[in-house]
Amino acid sequence: MPELVKIKGISDGLLVTLGDGDWEQVRQALLDHLDAQAEFLRGARFAVDVGSRTLKAAEVGQLQKDFIQRELSLWAILSQSPLTEQNAQSYGLATRLTKPQIESSQTVETRLSKGEDAVLIRRTLRSGFRLMHQGHVVVIGDVNPGAEIVAAGDILVWGRLRGMVHAGAEGDEQAVICALDLSPTQLRIADHVALTPKRRGKPQPEMARLVEGQVIAEPWEAK
Amino acid sequence: MDGKVLTITSGKGGVGKTTATANLGAGLADSGKKVVCIDADIGLRNLDVVLGLENRIVYDLVDVVEGRCRTRQAMIRDKRLSELYLIPAAQTRDKSAVSPSDMVRLCDELRQEFDWILIDSPAGIERGFRNAIAPADIILVLTNPEVAAVRDADRIIGIVEAEEKNPPKLVINRIKADMVRRGDMLSVEDVLELLAIDLIGMVPEDESVIQATNRGMPVVLDGKSRAGQAFRNIASRLLGKDVPFMSMEEEGGFLGRLSRLIRPGGN
Repeated sequence: MPELVKIKGISDGLLVTLGDGDWEQVRQALLDHLDAQAEFLRGARFAVDVGSRTLKAAEVGQLQKDFIQRELSLWAILSQSPLTEQNAQSYGLATRLTKPQIESSQTVETRLSKGEDAVLIRRTLRSGFRLMHQGHVVVIGDVNPGAEIVAAGDILVWGRLRGMVHAGAEGDEQAVICALDLSPTQLRIADHVALTPKRRGKPQPEMARLVEGQVIAEPWEAK
Repeated sequence: MDGKVLTITSGKGGVGKTTATANLGAGLADSGKKVVCIDADIGLRNLDVVLGLENRIVYDLVDVVEGRCRTRQAMIRDKRLSELYLIPAAQTRDKSAVSPSDMVRLCDELRQEFDWILIDSPAGIERGFRNAIAPADIILVLTNPEVAAVRDADRIIGIVEAEEKNPPKLVINRIKADMVRRGDMLSVEDVLELLAIDLIGMVPEDESVIQATNRGMPVVLDGKSRAGQAFRNIASRLLGKDVPFMSMEEEGGFLGRLSRLIRPGGN
């Protein structure tokens, strides 16, 4: 008998391929599989290929719930049946594995829990790149005009900052933005937006923060 | 033969991709290489016009890809350079008529026969651009010394990097030395500071380019044109020669030289 459930790793999480057969039976086999490997699969993202079978909206909904109950996430259902695709889309699920290349490579959204987490990025962020992060962001490299960083915490750029950055995006007014050359197109801290005036003279390291509802930037000076 | 595929792209429109493709193609062919230029700007073709070959088009890129003709039949030989060929774009279709894998297949076929395959990319970052960069071994990012063009070039470089292609090379086109001197135009240094990739050429603004384009004759073949010289230099660099960058200063007549004496350095 062919396997009903096959799981393999793909660049975007795990892909489950389901064999033919009665849906309830296949679904049960999948759930048994998930429960058996619960420890290993914790927090994983799944795409499920249901083959040519037609899933009713209720069945898609049930499947999504099954994943949520196990603290797993289901992000895509692949099917050759247009009806299944339609039903999956109505639950906000993707029906194609390959998102447009630009989307996947140029937008980075991290999924860390809020807290003191930071990501370190060691390259130049070019125009069109968007980074969203729940913690702090450290960039070693430049942030070019047209690039965006949105962070719940602080943003530190060891390089030229010329893009748009938003620190304390979830309302943290204590958040700061530092850069060796702070000349962003736009600066935001919590709910405040600031445009930076044109620089006079040589660039110097600066730190921007909120003081009484105003974004101010102060040069760093060696004491 | 094992030809190289070179794609010329810019993101922004109107910076001179088609002119650069025509001139680099002619420059390489003039150095004795066998060259084919592909116009990937389906629906808005004009490489044929710039090369002065418009009236000879019978088949086009889409005909080749869809199998209505053999590749050979769509190739138009240049009037002046016997080793330069053009595969024109279709004018009545759009970019979706060709896929990136079609381009890879076509270029793999052409590699057998040609030293260089030049692809003129359309503006934008959509399908047409994807088609153009898919088969590329070398990508030339063309930009002008102006903020919008540099911004788009930066985006293009980001996409090329994400595709894990070889790092692209930069050509800065239409530099006006007197405006740079007055501080009214971005300098080469400003552009390089932002884009941070290797520079392979600088081309001065030159009226002879427009004249040549309108006449359908690549400006590289004009020995007196400064832009032509700049394109010849880029072609030589592509062939691995070490050619120093030329000065962007205009070689004006007596008055030009005099005004430079009076205004040293500018600013």
